Amino acid sequence: MSNDKDATSVENKGRRYFLIGMTSAASVAGAIGAAVPFVKSWTPSAKARSAGAPKICDISRIRAGEMLQPMPAWRGKPCFIVGRTPEDIERLQTEQGDLADAASEKLDRQPAYARNPWRSRRPELGVYIGICTHLGCSPKHRPEEGDFYCPCHGSRFDLAGRVVKGVPAPDNLDVPPYSYLSDTEIIIGVDEEDLAAATDSDDSSTERA
Amino acid sequence: MAWVDERFPLTRAMEDHATKYYAPKNVNFWYLFGALSLVVLVMQLLTGLWLTMSYVPSAEGAFASVEYIMRDVEHGDLIRLAHSTGASAFFAVVYLHMFRALAYGSYRKPRELIWLIGMAIYLVLMAEGFFGYLLPWGNMSYWAGQVIVSLVGAIPFFGADLMEWVRGDYGISDITLNRFFALHVVALPIALIGLVFVHIVALHHVGSNNPDGIEIKDHKDDKGVPLDGIPFHPYCTVHDFQATVAFLFIFCAIMFFAPEMFGYFLEKPNFEQADPLKTPDVIAPVWYYTPFYSMLRATTFPMFGLAAKFWGLVVMGSAILMPAMLPWLDRSPVKSMRYKGLASKIMLAFMLVSFFILGYLGTIHTTDLTTAIAQVCTLIYFAYFVLMPWYTRVERTKTPPERVT
Repeated sequence: MSNDKDATSVENKGRRYFLIGMTSAASVAGAIGAAVPFVKSWTPSAKARSAGAPKICDISRIRAGEMLQPMPAWRGKPCFIVGRTPEDIERLQTEQGDLADAASEKLDRQPAYARNPWRSRRPELGVYIGICTHLGCSPKHRPEEGDFYCPCHGSRFDLAGRVVKGVPAPDNLDVPPYSYLSDTEIIIGVDEEDLAAATDSDDSSTERA
Repeated sequence: MAWVDERFPLTRAMEDHATKYYAPKNVNFWYLFGALSLVVLVMQLLTGLWLTMSYVPSAEGAFASVEYIMRDVEHGDLIRLAHSTGASAFFAVVYLHMFRALAYGSYRKPRELIWLIGMAIYLVLMAEGFFGYLLPWGNMSYWAGQVIVSLVGAIPFFGADLMEWVRGDYGISDITLNRFFALHVVALPIALIGLVFVHIVALHHVGSNNPDGIEIKDHKDDKGVPLDGIPFHPYCTVHDFQATVAFLFIFCAIMFFAPEMFGYFLEKPNFEQADPLKTPDVIAPVWYYTPFYSMLRATTFPMFGLAAKFWGLVVMGSAILMPAMLPWLDRSPVKSMRYKGLASKIMLAFMLVSFFILGYLGTIHTTDLTTAIAQVCTLIYFAYFVLMPWYTRVERTKTPPERVT
């Protein structure tokens, strides 16, 4: 064997490199495959996904100019459900000068039915995710100023969740998918087209707030 | 001993790293913080291990278990406060240790790798501190976690998915708490110990720098011992031991009498359980992150079609990583600030002052004025690094002595 050594190493250099290359490639492929369960296990589990189920909210208690308290949470995020007076609705259409994105053109994280001056299905009621688009704080509703104010870094949003210019938040507040079940109840997390499917199936998949 | 030495290089290891490891005889006060970081690391490992024995890593139980440790576990309050004070102490000694490197050019050739490993230690330490901060599940833990994880969301295109991946949920939750716990007590400590080990191996390979920034290995006696060197043990160990006693004196004074440090070490909202529906009035990270947090907040304008939020992340990230470039940015013929010119001294002073101002601004509400100040300070911080190749070359330097002073 030992006297063949020089000969083999010279003659079979190509074969040796090929074998090393193939082994390395197979190992890398194996390592990538083995990494999949580790990486995937960090994504939301089945339990977390089902905890993100739709939420039914009673809106009969909300008077114009007030926000539903205690705030319902959908997927662990606070939801602003805010009643608006006729004057508020009027202001949303006329006072758009200092808004960064008045027509919500920039943001795709909102359903099509929110692409209007009041960013909601019905002008008298707005539904927004109460998380500042800057760094995730929860803004405070200020009925007397007619806005939402984020205490963390001073971002301001109007009553339709539209961000004003010159504050750290880049985008308008998100609008979650939601639908009216009746005049007194809305369901957050379900668009109208999916409504039948969501409510017909067993009731445990939705939660009442 | 001979029996052991045949099977394990014990005597050789002792000689190489202690009794025949030669440290410069002119090292001063600033050279104590390396040893002190090691002391704090050991303290954190020990107190941390004991905390896991009573801590419950769940959204339901975490806050209550910390209160249980504070009230019902025998001496649990001491162990917990030693750990929380230790976190701040760790950063304090590490920042002083890093300042020493800036002042005496310890990052320069041949110590570039020591410096880079040190930067890696600093990054792991920041992650360790961040993950650990969520564990008490106080309201500031929760919201600071929310804010920092949201930074990931600023990355264009896949930010939102990445954010969900990091949290494992649609918000910071029980799931997030559990994985942060695993990272905090298993993954990162192992990384930290490994990095500290190679940091010291690299240091002992090239030898310590000193306040004159000259190599003691350039002048050796006929036995190969540096003329300006003294054996690490017992001459340095005895210094370090004395420093440890002094350090523990200050440490214990803080731990016993001001463990919250007026809201800087333990923030007031954290004495309330995490509430996803209630944001604290001011969200501020712990003091050791605030300089970088200020830079993040100071970036308020969009550029090149990308949102201000994304640039904030870029500015903060590069501010943290910038020091890693130092070995290649510094073009001065001398290492130590003692022999560098006026420009280097002024730039270092300005950078430090800016860093302190940014640190303070990071703990308070922003106004237009504070944002403007933070922007100026951020520029100065970056100028220190970016202009370094220029000002270190053009300034007039003094000639360092042949032998240490």
